[in-house]
Amino acid sequence: MDNGWVKPGAIIIVSFMVTFKLCVSTEMSAFKLLASFLPKLPFRPFASEATFKTQPYVLYRLEGPPAPAVTLNRADALRFFEEMVTIHQMEATLNHLYKSKTVRGFCHLYSGQEAVAVGTFAALRPQDTTITTYRCHGWGFLYYQSVDPIIAELVGVRSGCVRGKGGSMHIYGKHKDFYGGSAIVGSHVPVGVGIALAHKYRNTDAVSLICYGDGATNNGNVLEAYNMAKLWELPCFFLCENNIYGMGTKLERTTKNTNVFAKGDFIPGIRVDGMDVLSVREAARFAIEHIRAGKGPIIVEAQSYRYFGHSLSDPGTTYRTYDEIKEVRTTRDPITTFNKKILEAGLATEEELAAIEKKVKASVRESATKAEADHPVDVEELTHDIYANEVISEVRGINKVWKHKSSGRAWNLK
Amino acid sequence: MALNKICTLCLRQNSRELRILNNLINKRNHFVYTADAESPVKGETTKLNMFQAINNALDSALQSDESALVFGEDVAFGGVFRCTIGLQAKYGPGRVFNTPLCEQGIVGFAIGAANMGSTAIAEIQFADYIFPAFDQLVNEAAKMRYRSGGQFDCGKLTVRAPCGAVGHGALYHSQSPEAYFAHTPGLKIVVPRGPIKAKGLLLACVRDPDPCLILEPKALYRAAVEEVPVADFVLPIGKADVLLKGEQVTLIGWGTQVHVLLEVVHLAKTQFNASCEVIDLVSILPWDRNTVCQSVKKTKRVLIAHEAPLTGGFGAEVAATIQEECFLHLEAPVARVTGFDTPFPHVFEPFYLPDKWRCLDAIRNLLDY
Repeated sequence: MDNGWVKPGAIIIVSFMVTFKLCVSTEMSAFKLLASFLPKLPFRPFASEATFKTQPYVLYRLEGPPAPAVTLNRADALRFFEEMVTIHQMEATLNHLYKSKTVRGFCHLYSGQEAVAVGTFAALRPQDTTITTYRCHGWGFLYYQSVDPIIAELVGVRSGCVRGKGGSMHIYGKHKDFYGGSAIVGSHVPVGVGIALAHKYRNTDAVSLICYGDGATNNGNVLEAYNMAKLWELPCFFLCENNIYGMGTKLERTTKNTNVFAKGDFIPGIRVDGMDVLSVREAARFAIEHIRAGKGPIIVEAQSYRYFGHSLSDPGTTYRTYDEIKEVRTTRDPITTFNKKILEAGLATEEELAAIEKKVKASVRESATKAEADHPVDVEELTHDIYANEVISEVRGINKVWKHKSSGRAWNLK
Repeated sequence: MALNKICTLCLRQNSRELRILNNLINKRNHFVYTADAESPVKGETTKLNMFQAINNALDSALQSDESALVFGEDVAFGGVFRCTIGLQAKYGPGRVFNTPLCEQGIVGFAIGAANMGSTAIAEIQFADYIFPAFDQLVNEAAKMRYRSGGQFDCGKLTVRAPCGAVGHGALYHSQSPEAYFAHTPGLKIVVPRGPIKAKGLLLACVRDPDPCLILEPKALYRAAVEEVPVADFVLPIGKADVLLKGEQVTLIGWGTQVHVLLEVVHLAKTQFNASCEVIDLVSILPWDRNTVCQSVKKTKRVLIAHEAPLTGGFGAEVAATIQEECFLHLEAPVARVTGFDTPFPHVFEPFYLPDKWRCLDAIRNLLDY
């Protein structure tokens, strides 16, 4: 044997063994391992678009379901991911602020339901309006595209979206068509129908999105609203965020007919998996198209789940088991399932998603710090904006003389 | 009617006795309506009763404001009290329309329409039916401006409801719910005493930038007739009217009760030679403390009368304020003559109402204190 082969042979064997060891320890394929040593190429070898199957829909009084498969482009994928992560982080931060008593009062968190808001919002057009319940932080963030006004509002400082006057349950979107969160269950639903009347009247092709929970479906307000909406064929998009618990009672224990999507009588409905943002987006698109085509109102029941209790005063485990919550978190979480989907389809890399998450965490933390450092809402505001004008100069019942003041003309009366 | 004929034919009483008999049989009202002495605006007037004046006001509102909508149960054919007669024919079913029977939904829907800048005029068929909508009025309408930091409001909302005793209304067609709503900062509440006030106040409510509730005493719809100005006019919300000046006792009421008090003034004059001052509060929220206290400081004796039950009635608020601000001026405790603390009765209505005899009795006690 020629001695010249020993050295190169040994090098080959050793490098093979090293590579093999590296592959085993890092669990990467040889190709990926090699690629990681290469300098990053100027173009990213990702898909710009991918097709996904949507979750099955259940229909009521409807022909033809929403599309069974949808395309998602890279920009949207990253956007949905970032929006859902932001909502999740914001809610987690608010939880900590609540526990440290920086946020007081009531706090109803949206964690677990992110896909419903993000998916529906993606289908809304600029002319559409939204009105929702007290679980409104997620919607508020989507309208403001920033968590600052929401966190500040809960902390009760001047930079809050309604200057600390409303709190957690009343996030309003000034200059945006977000008609706020509402505390009384079901009460905002006929208000949303009135808003829809204005849309129809003005021929703006706008849709009135009315969100409410499963608990509200037994409320007289909602049934009255359904009747009025269908009687007058108003452009109402009724979205039930069904997280199966009305405070502490499971839907099936309070409701004879749990097919929420089918309870609009003459109003058609769709049941969609609310944990899949793409299915939700598709259902929302379908609903808006249905209304635009002049077919009247529609109900979308998004089956969802909330990880926290009803509010932060509710531990959330006295009426359901830890196992149930854990099961949903591991198998149906809207963010991790979406994450997995887009990675597999090559729409994004793990590093990218991790970077987004890191950026969002930092930005939400910064918002919280900013809010905590801001000036609390002035105590004089106690007597401001009860009426439009200073019709009553003194507000009675308080020891000193407190003046009523109005902060100016309301935005919604454009 | 038939009984009249029997009296005339069978009893053959002379005309004076017949008149007394007729009054006893036909007496439906516990009051005698007194028209306003002056008109608030100069110009042409026309004789209208209260429902016609309200109809006229709604017509003006619909004409002057393109976004105005009038809706409620049965308003299309004219409404159970004819307040909306002819409006649908004139303005079309897009602006004047019937709603289903769902007060909560009606008011919620009205709030939404007002949110979007429409002048929403919702009718609740009887004030007794307003309670399903209580949550919408108190929790949504009244608080929307405050809770949104002044950014969103539903001030273009007006809710109209016929209220008060009518002689045969019983428990659910006679209530005066002003006290429940007076407890709600953010709302405005007015009660007209006749056609002129009804037109002016309704137009004021419709144009007011806050959500308003106008409670129209149903007993006055036909009984109250006045020369109402033809022109469009508004009357101030939050201002009480001194209808008669007097020296010895201040009488305070609103709505139908004002006419009972105006009759009591004559009785007090003839029986006790007492001169009484009559104030129509007009506005329950905000209410005119200054006018009331100024009067009480002058007369030193005050009687407040309302149909609603005694406990927690709006008279309690007025009385508490009077004793707070005019304590050293008072010569007698503040007297209240009101409905009893019972549900509005059926057959016992004549006993229940704060009629002129009960008021006169209270005045005597005030003078003799």
